Amino acid sequence: MSDIELPESDATVSTETADGDDRPLRVESLTKTFGGILAVDSATFAVERGSITGLIGPNGAGKSTTFNLITGVHEPDSGRIYFDGEDITGLQPHRVAERGLVRTFQITRELGEMTVLENMLLAFQNQRGEALWRAVLPGVRGSVVDQERELLERAWETLELFEIDHLAHEEAGTLSGGQRKLLELSRALLTDPELLLLDEPMAGVNPTLEGKLLERIHDLTDRGYTFLIVEHDMDVIMENCERVIVMHQGSVLADGPPAAIQADERVIEAYLGGEV
Amino acid sequence: MTSDDVGDQDESRTQTREHEASQVATDGGTSATLPLETDAGARPRWQVDLGYIVLTTVAIYALITVLGLLTGLGVGGIFRQLQTVTFLAAAYALVVLALNLHWGYTGLFNIGVAGFMAVGAYGMAVLTAPPEGTTTPGLGLPLWIGIPFGVLLAGLVGLIVVLPALRIRADYFAIVTLAFAEVIRLTINSGALADFELLGRELGTGGGRGINFPLLESAIPRWVLYQGGDPAQGANVVGLQILTVTNQLGIERTVVESAVYTSILVVLVVIVFALLVRTANSPFGRLLKGIREDELATKSLGKNTDLVKIKVFVLGCAIMGLAGIFWQGRNGYVDPDAFLPIITFYIFIALIIGGSGSNTGSVVGALVFAGVLFEGPPYVQRIVTQQVDLPRPATVYDGVVALGAFDPLPLLGYFVGQLANVRFILFGVILILLMIYRPDGLLGHRSEPASPLHLSAEQSPADSRSAKRGGDDDGGDSSGGSDSDSDSDSDSAGVDTSTDNGDDDPLDSNPDDSTPDRGEPDE
Amino acid sequence: MGDTTEFTWEQWFGVLLLAGVGVLILDVLRRLVVGDLGVSTFSTFLWRGLVDGLIIGLAAVGLSMTYSILRFANFSHGDLVTTGAFTGWTAAWLIGGAGVTGLGSRLLLNADGSTSARELNLHVYAEPVAIVAGLVIAAAATVLVALAIDKLVYKRMRDAGGIPLLIASVGVALALRYVIVFFYGERTRGIVRSSPSIDHSLLFWTDSLVVHELVMVVSAVSLMLGLHGLLQYTKLGTAMRAMADNKDLALITGIPTERVILATWVIGAGLTGVAGYLIVLEQETLNFNTGWFLLLLIFAAVILGGIGSIYGAIAGGLIIGLADNMMLVWISGDLTRVAAFLLMILIFIFRPQGLFGGVETA
Repeated sequence: MSDIELPESDATVSTETADGDDRPLRVESLTKTFGGILAVDSATFAVERGSITGLIGPNGAGKSTTFNLITGVHEPDSGRIYFDGEDITGLQPHRVAERGLVRTFQITRELGEMTVLENMLLAFQNQRGEALWRAVLPGVRGSVVDQERELLERAWETLELFEIDHLAHEEAGTLSGGQRKLLELSRALLTDPELLLLDEPMAGVNPTLEGKLLERIHDLTDRGYTFLIVEHDMDVIMENCERVIVMHQGSVLADGPPAAIQADERVIEAYLGGEV
Repeated sequence: MTSDDVGDQDESRTQTREHEASQVATDGGTSATLPLETDAGARPRWQVDLGYIVLTTVAIYALITVLGLLTGLGVGGIFRQLQTVTFLAAAYALVVLALNLHWGYTGLFNIGVAGFMAVGAYGMAVLTAPPEGTTTPGLGLPLWIGIPFGVLLAGLVGLIVVLPALRIRADYFAIVTLAFAEVIRLTINSGALADFELLGRELGTGGGRGINFPLLESAIPRWVLYQGGDPAQGANVVGLQILTVTNQLGIERTVVESAVYTSILVVLVVIVFALLVRTANSPFGRLLKGIREDELATKSLGKNTDLVKIKVFVLGCAIMGLAGIFWQGRNGYVDPDAFLPIITFYIFIALIIGGSGSNTGSVVGALVFAGVLFEGPPYVQRIVTQQVDLPRPATVYDGVVALGAFDPLPLLGYFVGQLANVRFILFGVILILLMIYRPDGLLGHRSEPASPLHLSAEQSPADSRSAKRGGDDDGGDSSGGSDSDSDSDSDSAGVDTSTDNGDDDPLDSNPDDSTPDRGEPDE
Repeated sequence: MGDTTEFTWEQWFGVLLLAGVGVLILDVLRRLVVGDLGVSTFSTFLWRGLVDGLIIGLAAVGLSMTYSILRFANFSHGDLVTTGAFTGWTAAWLIGGAGVTGLGSRLLLNADGSTSARELNLHVYAEPVAIVAGLVIAAAATVLVALAIDKLVYKRMRDAGGIPLLIASVGVALALRYVIVFFYGERTRGIVRSSPSIDHSLLFWTDSLVVHELVMVVSAVSLMLGLHGLLQYTKLGTAMRAMADNKDLALITGIPTERVILATWVIGAGLTGVAGYLIVLEQETLNFNTGWFLLLLIFAAVILGGIGSIYGAIAGGLIIGLADNMMLVWISGDLTRVAAFLLMILIFIFRPQGLFGGVETA
């Protein structure tokens, strides 16, 4: 397989494609070094709207770093990231999330001493009561309480959808690994995202639940959500993704439909190290 | 899942409710969950918490009174002690609440508390000190300008400190704030700012000399009691009521004034407490908790955590400044030695005793610290020296030598004489014991809801749709709640298999594990 | 924004810092040439900076080691300095003061105020044995105290995380300090007689060399050299460096953690105790707050050198010592510490990995 399908690599195109483009996330020549080690090496790829895209690669290929660069945890040394046609390179993580590009983490980051319900309620954007004065002042607090009731209803719905509503009052730190993954995903959904970056969502999740999770993800894509998933389980990737991006030693090695990836000699060589 | 597991599940839910109830009865032993009122969830949380604070206050007052009566300290002595303890406890409560906002809620490990208190007190003192006739002249402005100025200045300095320190680790933040506090104290102490001229007026920090300013303890009560704040003009409406009663009882005016001063401070504490409880029980409070638990996760949910941290830090520093003003206002004098770093650690001990992360705990901790730990040993010392004529050897060596001659009294006498210092050993030991055995504080692990709603009483709509009938059962055992739980489970058998996959997770202590079919045995 | 050689914040800070230091050095030279600053004043500042710096460095080594290997900021470190000072000088008084004053007075370092340092006449020429014995006892006693504290407190909270450990160390600091007060009292007391001095033309930088300062410098430098040898040429040193780098990895690779922790306390507390002892040799007085007041300066040295780096801590100590004294050229003595602390804060914010910037440990 030849090179990546390059998106319109013209800088001029990128600004005006906001509506017509069906690739909400585009990453161009992303590069990042840590202490002299090249973690991501001019990676370029794009994610199509309403699709599930897989991002795979051997350990240390730069997948998680790429996620961190896209979501603003780290600033890239060079390269650009566009989301819905707008340049989001180097934005703070919360700015990125505000725009609808929301992530989960490889090692779950539940808020341990908060209940599951509190974890969920935190996720809603632009809550009235997030302004200190509204939270405190007597006259205004009523509207905060009203909104809280609405949010609570939505939180319950989502918890039921992911079938963790019975855990609502547990502190998130006491949940099992799989439950935490569910909590993180459902919490991320409450931010009203457009595109979700899931970092190994199936790690530590048992097969039954994995099936259910994948079902949910497919439901959500039907409703217009877009997913970019880092996953180690090849079967999950090949069976569920429309497209697969392969990273190796920090750069994009291949990019295409699962069948093409599976047949790609270089991928087999680099990724599987000749094992299979 | 087996019925046992369902029970477990449910028990933990009822436990939270029981816990609230039991807090009134016990000091929250880890496993002590007295099923006092099984349906305590229905009781407003603030009542439970208020009960807690009142109970602690009453207990400490009773202790002081009984000790005083038993040893014949006299009504006057007891009253003075109660007054001192109340004042100190209130002053501590104010700072501890502010620190709880920083550290307990937001995880901002600020050990520069003394510095911000100093800024508040000095800001006020420089503005209100008389321009002439003292060693350190000030601007001679009225208190109603000076006090808000001190508070604002403390907040402003807080802003200057927190801005560069937003991104650094918690333990680095600690050292940076401590260093800032020392920079503030040493700068105040230095000759550089001791005297200077500003717009033709002489003013300064006075260096080691300190500043004399109007005695708040009499100036503020006078505004409450007398017309125009001037005793010569006679009592006002409020003052008339109070003074008539106190005159009949034969209480001196100065005593009345200082009681009024303490009362005003208590009112301030109540206001700040209410403010902070509202802050905590709100979406804003949720943000704070989120930042404390995991800032990056909170950021990744689209929250501008930096802004929140700045707001919280500035607000807390302003409250610390206010506390500094009232604390030193009792003396009408400030000097840099009042703000040694050890003050900060007092505040920390009080907060840790009560349990960081809880406003109620903050107040309880302040009461226990000021009333028992800090004022207790000198009080006991006073009583003992009044009652018993112990020998007072100059050194511990003399005491030990006497002990060798089978006379334990000199050593005991030395110990009693050293009680004021021994209490610091006690502080240290208590801090260590708390960190090892009870890091959640005396009240134990508390879950104050980060929401204006009483979250832990909220039921899943699915639960309430189908399981209302189970609600009137005795909530104490698991049967009442397990009905509702199993109902919601009938359509969710799949998830529970999910819960048994955490084998690879060392933190996974959930009892649900490895028991696939939950709910089945129940109905 | 060009993608080429962009300066990061940190680098800008480094450049600014270097420029600032350069300007100050030029200014010192200018003052020396013009005559604003006497050569002898200058060399006195320099020498005193070196002496202070070595002592701070010695104490900082211990703090840096515990910070990196036990992973918490030990706020009781200053009181270990005090512990060394009190125990060491108690030993020196016991030996050197025999026959001059009573046992009670010697045991409690004149807690009853009955003797004076003048009467005791304790200085290095008069009582060399007492002084050396005190130094050894200072190290040994501080090690014992540190190990006891570790066993009682820190060992129970090995995995508690940095902040709980920090808080516990505050408790340790308070308890330790006031146990000392309980026995020795709160008074600041004279301990050592004024040092003899040497007058010699070979000592070009000063008119008269204070012998006690010379003793300090020689002791500190030889201990540092010994430490260097230990770290570089023994298995223990390798293990310690590995632990500082990565505790988990060290565990997996079979480095016996508890033994390394033990070694950390022995070396760290020993050097700290000696530092406390030597400080008194220079100051001639002692107070229960002596170490506590030094704590932030020691922290500053550790942070300057980069937490975990032993050579960094020594260098950091020297920089802090020199800065604290050289600043006198420009600002008054009551502000030099303010300058040192501000420098530390700046380093924390812009270069938390320390001035010499690597992950370099030991």
